[in-house]
Amino acid sequence: METRKIEGTKTFNARSFFFQWEWLLIALFIIINIFNSGISPYYLQLDTFTDAPMSFLDKAFMVMPMAFVLLLGEIDISVGSTVALSSVLMAISYNAGLPMSLAIVLCLLVGTACGLINGLLLAKFKELPSMIVTLATMTIYRGIALIILKDQASGGFPKWFNFLGWGYVGPIPLMMIMFIIFAVAFGILLHKTSFGRQLYGMGNNLKACQYSGIKTSRNKILVYTMLGLMAGVTAVFLTSRMGSTRPNVASGYELEVIAMAVLGGFSTSGGKGNMVGAIIAAFVIGFLRYGLGLINVSSQVILIVVGLLLIGSVLAANFKPGGKKKSAQKGT
Amino acid sequence: MKRKPLARALCTVMAISVLFTACSTGGTTSSGAASGAASQAAAGGGKKYAIIVKNTGNPYNEKEAQGFQDAVKALGSEAIVKAPDQPTAEAQIAMVEELIAQKVDGIAIAGNDVDALQPVLTKAMGKGIHVISLDSSVNKDSRETHVNQADPIAIGKTLVEAAFDMMGGSGEFAILSATSQAANQNAWIAQMQTTLKDSKYKDMKLVKVAYGDDLRDKSTTETEGLIKSYPNLKCIVSPTTVGIAAASKVIVDKNLTDKIKITGLGLPSEMADYIDKGVCPYMYLWNPIYVGSLGAYTLDSIVNGKITGKEGDTFKAGDLGEKKVTKAGDGGTEVLLGEPFKFDKANIGEWKSVY
Repeated sequence: METRKIEGTKTFNARSFFFQWEWLLIALFIIINIFNSGISPYYLQLDTFTDAPMSFLDKAFMVMPMAFVLLLGEIDISVGSTVALSSVLMAISYNAGLPMSLAIVLCLLVGTACGLINGLLLAKFKELPSMIVTLATMTIYRGIALIILKDQASGGFPKWFNFLGWGYVGPIPLMMIMFIIFAVAFGILLHKTSFGRQLYGMGNNLKACQYSGIKTSRNKILVYTMLGLMAGVTAVFLTSRMGSTRPNVASGYELEVIAMAVLGGFSTSGGKGNMVGAIIAAFVIGFLRYGLGLINVSSQVILIVVGLLLIGSVLAANFKPGGKKKSAQKGT
Repeated sequence: MKRKPLARALCTVMAISVLFTACSTGGTTSSGAASGAASQAAAGGGKKYAIIVKNTGNPYNEKEAQGFQDAVKALGSEAIVKAPDQPTAEAQIAMVEELIAQKVDGIAIAGNDVDALQPVLTKAMGKGIHVISLDSSVNKDSRETHVNQADPIAIGKTLVEAAFDMMGGSGEFAILSATSQAANQNAWIAQMQTTLKDSKYKDMKLVKVAYGDDLRDKSTTETEGLIKSYPNLKCIVSPTTVGIAAASKVIVDKNLTDKIKITGLGLPSEMADYIDKGVCPYMYLWNPIYVGSLGAYTLDSIVNGKITGKEGDTFKAGDLGEKKVTKAGDGGTEVLLGEPFKFDKANIGEWKSVY
């Protein structure tokens, strides 16, 4: 019996394996940690690795489903407003008498509903670009939150609610544990299920997927709904961190989440990316910010550095050897 | 294959830009940290104090931070200044976490939200860091004491009286404030509303409180909105330096100087031109540099155990003299700087170069 080489599969090539974007990100993460410990004597303490993530972990919950959205070649800039609206509704319903656990469920439901609306709008009106639709819902959701609370704050949550954002299970913050659970779940969903493969297919060639019988509309709605749900999760943790909420929380969150996903290797034109990359990228940006803040670099300079990092990463990703050609095969 | 070297070059550029930031800023701050650590043993001095102001791009905040820094240096300790680029509580929470990691001895914060900073400030106090608020307070459980620029009752009364005077006793006026959660502005506005209940001011009508968020562009659009929505508006009171400057510019640009007058709390350096033009006949403030230095002296006294921040404590605040801790309106305690100071055509020339 002859053996035959199957076309299209990659043989293991050490150089291309290690040149994958994810390895570069890990290298960048290590460089940043070395850099941070060099510039500040306060960096290398046990608390750092549990406390530093707290500044970005609340947004990081949205990075995974945002990666899905980017994979489709779409975008969603309404997530910050979804977080605000879910948080506001949770607060006022609790203060109106709803038990706290139900208020949390309400928060998640509101987030899911906001995502669902985005998904339904985009599936129904296929000609509308996702940027425009989510721009509209961004202002609508934030507007509803502002109408409800105007310029007041709402809070006064029970003590145990505080534990969600600030509590530790042993040495590890609860938020970190929840994040790891979600990250693993989304990773498995993307890389080990047929749903995940369908998303890659849709990102690379939507028409082919439609003609192959893949339920593209259903997938799109599901992806946006998942993003809405995770925005609700972010809202719960953010509100717990702050102990109260107001209508203008989480402003700018959408851009930060997209930055993390793009740095992670997800192109805005869709079709490529690896969940591991997105997660490492969130940590890269978060730790860089934290390290620079630890030596009291001014917030404007931090913005510039993160911006340069993002531009550099996008350019480097697009100029990789045979970058464009490989995108069809990438995404293992 | 000319793309590979390009990728390498880009990665190098990225790494260099990050390192460059470290060298340009880390150079100064890390040497400060080293000398601070070396002088830790010195009793009284050698401490690390940090100030977090409301946001960047605000001359009032910058002067406050400058006063704090100079006073801390005079006390022989190290000062850290932090300012978020957006006036939000989330940004300040992250900054407090960074200060906790740097194991500072004391934090003075001008809060962007009265309640949202409570969890993180309680965490700081739990780790042995002393926390006071200044300028804009945080709730009484988040701080040991508050440094207040002037008695809010006095500020409220003075501003209402000024508006009364400028409007000729009757008419519509509006307030242009900072952010809606700013404790200091809210306290002053509340006092203004209490003062308005007095029968002397019965012909004055407050039509709206607008929020300019201490951002120049938002304050400008809010002012334009007020002018459009309330054609009979006679006066705008702005208890924030960014608001009063933005509103004055709008009035001058639209040639409404004779119709609408502006007053409130303004920086002499920013408002000198508008006072001379008559848009703002007179306004009030205090010296933000002194607010910062009083904050530094208060923090130092608490850290060194001279006072605990409870009512009745007294301490010496450098050039500012003896200060006493009094009861604050929110149930906690505060230290007052003094009375609001009036700026008008007569004295603005003298003060505009000071701050």
